[in-house]
Amino acid sequence: MNQNNPTSPIKGSSIIKAFEDAQIKSIVALPDIVTCETVLWPISSHPKIMFIPVCKEDEGVSICASLSYCNHRAVLLIQHTGFLDSINAIRVIAVEYQLPVVMVVGLQGAEPDVHPSNSSKVGIRAVGPICDALGLDHQFIKDEPDAGMITDWIEQAYTESFPRVIFLSQPPV
Amino acid sequence: MMKRDDALKSLARHYRDGITVSVYQSAFDWIQIRPHPLNYLCTGAMGQASSHGLGLALGAPTEKVVILDGDGSLLMNLGTLVTIANLAPKNLFHFVCQNNMYEVNGKYPIPGVGRIQFDQMALAAGYRHAFSFDEIARFDSEIGEILNLDGPVFVCMHIEPGEYYPMDYVTIHSEQSRAIFRNALQSRLKSHN
Repeated sequence: MNQNNPTSPIKGSSIIKAFEDAQIKSIVALPDIVTCETVLWPISSHPKIMFIPVCKEDEGVSICASLSYCNHRAVLLIQHTGFLDSINAIRVIAVEYQLPVVMVVGLQGAEPDVHPSNSSKVGIRAVGPICDALGLDHQFIKDEPDAGMITDWIEQAYTESFPRVIFLSQPPV
Repeated sequence: MMKRDDALKSLARHYRDGITVSVYQSAFDWIQIRPHPLNYLCTGAMGQASSHGLGLALGAPTEKVVILDGDGSLLMNLGTLVTIANLAPKNLFHFVCQNNMYEVNGKYPIPGVGRIQFDQMALAAGYRHAFSFDEIARFDSEIGEILNLDGPVFVCMHIEPGEYYPMDYVTIHSEQSRAIFRNALQSRLKSHN
């Protein structure tokens, strides 16, 4: 993440393009204030990507996991509070079962120009160490040049059959 | 009240060859009663069976998906009823074994025993059909037709333990189980293409 060399903020349209390039067929989501306007609303009416709204984030972990058995690529789009609430499902279904659950997680309330690991907010500061403890590959992104890695990460997740988490530390524009 | 294995044996007679997603004691019974490569066993976290089943129903729309949920499990993920009803997959059949207890976790009662009506919850959430059975003869005579309805269909089975089946946690969490299911489903999907 280019925290010290700010460039233009990542665009929601670039994130959606990355999903398309990675052959994502479904977005499983709960509204997240970070991504709702620029990613969730547009993707919910996308002509080629199925939108699967869920009531709770751990449902989405299971849905993405089981879709993977059908060669059906999906992304779980959630807020970090829901990520924290779903740790047990992520631990067993994604990590221990080694399934390609790809999560794009908005860090709601993250301070601009402060790396999440230095956030004053416990929930934001904690997500990186939690991922490390689980052995869960993760990245923090916020700038437009970061969009290029999303497609690659999704490809890697499905090629290696292992979960990936992309944390968005600022709202896309 | 029906013996669980009697009800599952009846279901197996009417549903010989499709995907199932089962949990805990129902899974332990089911893998002995109907061993099959399309038995999806690795649901991981309690409450998640129906969500796994929903993903399979959406990802494999040519296949029927039968979920064998538990009452305590469903209570842990009640929003799933709304999620499933909203997406309304025609190929999803959600069975719940209601024994009013956390059977494999010490047989302690679930909250709300005597008041909960899961079939009514499912209808209120928007399932197309919901049924409740406590007598094996009626279950056996009606379940075949129920499996021909358009889903999502909900079936509450009021059950008590029957014959003992071993708690085979190794199988239901094993990498081998996942590989067997994956290969079987891939073959099935290819045969439809």
